Amino acid sequence: MKVVVEKHPLAIRWFHWINFPVLSLMIWSGLWIYWANDVYRLGWGNTTLFKFFPQSFYQAFHVDHKLAQGMAWHFVLMWAFFLNGLLYVLYTAVSGQWRYLLPDRHSLRQAVHVTLYDLGLRRTPPPVQKYNGAQKIAYTAVILMGLGSLLTGVAIYKPVQFGWLTQALGGYESARVIHFVLTLGYVVFFVIHIAQVVRAGWNNFRAIVAGFEIEEVNPATQAIVAGPTSLPAAGASLRPTPPTA
Amino acid sequence: MQEQPNTQPSPADARQQEAAATPPTPAQAAAEQAALGAARARSRRSFLGLGVAGLAGWLGWRYLLHTPDDEGLPRDLRRVLDFNGKLTKDYYERTRLAPEFAHGQARPLRLNGNVGLGKDFDLATWTMKVQGFGGSAPQEFTLEQVKALPRTEMTTELKCIEGWSVVVHWAGVRLSDFLARYPLATRSGQPVADPANPPADAAKYVSVVTPDEEYYVGLEMWSALHPQTLLAYELNGQPLTQEHGAPLRLVTPLKYGVKHLKRIGTIAFADERPADYWAEQGYDWSGNH
Repeated sequence: MKVVVEKHPLAIRWFHWINFPVLSLMIWSGLWIYWANDVYRLGWGNTTLFKFFPQSFYQAFHVDHKLAQGMAWHFVLMWAFFLNGLLYVLYTAVSGQWRYLLPDRHSLRQAVHVTLYDLGLRRTPPPVQKYNGAQKIAYTAVILMGLGSLLTGVAIYKPVQFGWLTQALGGYESARVIHFVLTLGYVVFFVIHIAQVVRAGWNNFRAIVAGFEIEEVNPATQAIVAGPTSLPAAGASLRPTPPTA
Repeated sequence: MQEQPNTQPSPADARQQEAAATPPTPAQAAAEQAALGAARARSRRSFLGLGVAGLAGWLGWRYLLHTPDDEGLPRDLRRVLDFNGKLTKDYYERTRLAPEFAHGQARPLRLNGNVGLGKDFDLATWTMKVQGFGGSAPQEFTLEQVKALPRTEMTTELKCIEGWSVVVHWAGVRLSDFLARYPLATRSGQPVADPANPPADAAKYVSVVTPDEEYYVGLEMWSALHPQTLLAYELNGQPLTQEHGAPLRLVTPLKYGVKHLKRIGTIAFADERPADYWAEQGYDWSGNH
């Protein structure tokens, strides 16, 4: 029989869905800023494998000549990005949700397992949890990346007033490179995230909107049969809601 | 590789088979139907809520972007920029210096922008006009008079608002030394003896304009009196070239390159923010970074 299982607390759903448009607009306005000095490329010497970004990309998305607008948007939205991220971290710390999110000593091995399984190189499915090892590493890393973006962002926004920070990050040019690479990291994260969400299906996606999943349980024992069975040590929120009747 | 058929069911399969073999009691089946019905309603509500929140966010952002224009930017966006600037300026001690570098790290300065450098210009007859805050007639200064003041040299990083930067060596006269020697920045006509504590009747802002009045920048008085704000006449050990703003240009490593006005024509003082060429195009007015 099926039961409703709580998965994502309301606060985390809000943080997630606020972050999505805010970070998207941060990246987009960041492109408008980057365009004014688009010096990065992949390559060596005179060989360029890929230029960030090709002229065709700028033209297709009208990225050009929007530096002032980009700066204005970026330095307004940074507050939303910062406050939302700060509240998220505080919430996970206080609520105990961090226990699901922080990688532990098994996470790396499990992340390898998950990756091999997802790539079709290994047959045994990894144990289903609220967040598996790969997710724990990814969701913690992306928070650290956010912190990195904030720090490198401040370092290039106010490189004299926060000169100590800029110097600590290797100087103005270095901080700008790190800021850019972190942004590429979000794009990679986004692509993998979307692919995994599509794979995981509707039950999983609905949980980040409505908060719950529907799981199959054994009517006699109430044990979940086809869902997250091995919970992290502190796991309580994935317990099925006992049927009331 | 051919998969070997499993002789033993996996634990998960075993659990599923066991569950399937256990029929729910009628009470459980009724509870299941009720729970699934409630879940459907909750799901609908949540998706609707997300849609409404998204719409509200979009409308809110649109509202911000359509507040009345304030010099090329929606007013509320400019307010946030000003707020950011005030916050970080208050954090920053005014006497603190921008990082300085070894003289040997200086590199040629990229040419970027020639607004205000009109062709109709005679270096030989150039003077810098300064309109005193007290309201007297503008005074004119020759390059020799400026150079007679104490020479200050520094190697600092010039950062363009476009995102590039270069370390360069400057030589010139501190604007604060100029205003200590020539009492033009106060209403009463007293000199600014201590740049860290200007007299109460000193102007709040300084305006600098090219001779052709095509390019103009504004500075807060505190940044104008900063020890690294120069009326510069040399770049990397050579007198300024025409392209770099001969004979005298403004240099302030506290601010973006856009504030490093080339070819100073007139300096004036004000209690309100003076016009600023790039701020009018939608950039942050202060240019502090």
